[in-house]
Amino acid sequence: MTAIDKKTSMVEILGKFVDLVSKELPDDVMAKLTELREQETKPLAKVIYDCMFDNMDKAKKLSRPTCQDTGVIQYFVRSGAKFPYLGQLREILKEATIKATKSAPLRLNAVEVFDEINTGTNVGTNVPYIEWEIVDDSSNVEIEIYQAGGGCSLPGRSIVLPPLAGYEGAMKFVFDTIVDWGINACPPLVVGVGIGTCSNSSAVLSKRAMLRPIGTSHPHPKAAAMEISIQEGLNAIGLGPQGISGQNTVMAVHVEGMAHHPSVLGVGVTVGCWANRHGMIRFDKELNYEIISHKGAHL
Amino acid sequence: MKKILTTPIADEDIKSLRVGDIVYLNGTLVTCRDEGHRRVIAEGIMPELPMDRIAIFHAGPIVKDVEGGWEMVSIGPTTSMRMERYEKEFLAKTGVKLVIGKGGMGAKTAEGCKESVAVHAVFPGGCGVIAAEQVEKIVDKEWPEFGMPEAFWVLKVKEFGPLIISIDTEGNNLFETNKVTFHERKEKALKSTSKEIVEMIAKS
Repeated sequence: MTAIDKKTSMVEILGKFVDLVSKELPDDVMAKLTELREQETKPLAKVIYDCMFDNMDKAKKLSRPTCQDTGVIQYFVRSGAKFPYLGQLREILKEATIKATKSAPLRLNAVEVFDEINTGTNVGTNVPYIEWEIVDDSSNVEIEIYQAGGGCSLPGRSIVLPPLAGYEGAMKFVFDTIVDWGINACPPLVVGVGIGTCSNSSAVLSKRAMLRPIGTSHPHPKAAAMEISIQEGLNAIGLGPQGISGQNTVMAVHVEGMAHHPSVLGVGVTVGCWANRHGMIRFDKELNYEIISHKGAHL
Repeated sequence: MKKILTTPIADEDIKSLRVGDIVYLNGTLVTCRDEGHRRVIAEGIMPELPMDRIAIFHAGPIVKDVEGGWEMVSIGPTTSMRMERYEKEFLAKTGVKLVIGKGGMGAKTAEGCKESVAVHAVFPGGCGVIAAEQVEKIVDKEWPEFGMPEAFWVLKVKEFGPLIISIDTEGNNLFETNKVTFHERKEKALKSTSKEIVEMIAKS
């Protein structure tokens, strides 16, 4: 294949994957929702879980986006320095977005800044949103795709606390955010908490935490214990599916952190809805790919 | 047996509903969210479709253009609270009987429901395909200039639901009541989580 053919091929694969992510929830989310549905005892909450599962079946069978709000398309790129198409990847991701928007079809969610006019393509200034990370010297790339509706984007926030507010202040920020804003974010939620050194590092870490596969724990034993403790605390509040009240509030709580300035403790919170549409795909330098998040899926 | 409301919805049917009841809708449902509410109340412009005794849906759908019309691909509720500012006046002005959305609405809307004999109900969020399947036909589209999510889509629906009544005509408000409970539980849960974490960190 020529370089142009390769580029077209990657657009094709990614476009199909974005389409798939809008229609089928990943394995980790499906497994957790199944578990929470079994735990539920309240009648109204059970009606909602039944509806959710019925919807997922229908979305797959009819090949339609599971939720009408397919978000602003976001990509998290973790690349080796030698991945041969790194320089073209921005353009490839943009074209894949346009392609999936037509094929799925996705909702037109890119409203151009300042002019406040819907672009009609899901592409606009800095959209699709892309975060770049060079992780090693390899020639592989991992691309995580995330589609978040407005409802679960709304609670996201970060704050920089004075050090004496400490972890206690951080926990209050997390709990207040979830109780004040979580109901409309379509619980049961995935909650990402970032402990950083400024507002944006905390926000970035919280997003990374939220995107971590459900069922994984932070490698640091204290962070892992913190995840369990926050999860138990939030579940005791019992927002239930859609905030109707139920056995649980969250599917998972993940924490990520970094060393921070001694005078500050940054805290970020990012929330994902139950229809947590994230998907991970890995390419090698020949553009052979493997879908990590949806086992057995075909494009 | 399913309890079904049919448009035009009679006041008696609305008055008989209580929070927590599950109902379904037959008839005319229109999508109306932020821009639609602003146009009707702030700008005083009404759509051509008479809205008396029909239902509105706080929703922005995915619609596909097909020959001779449109096809509903996916439609689900958006956060109703965003319309809190205008909903009371909207109910009084339009005669809409059923407001469908996501999450609850506030005290002002609850007043409006009492005064205008209307209810608010929630459709489970994120279940856009189920809802789309219950849309028999997209009858019309008004205000296309708002774009796909905000346009005023006129739908004919059949057994549209489940709709869980969240505000009734007696002033009961399911989500506001839940919120009080959630805040009480939060105080307790936060205390114990904070204590655990602060003690654990201090051990280093």
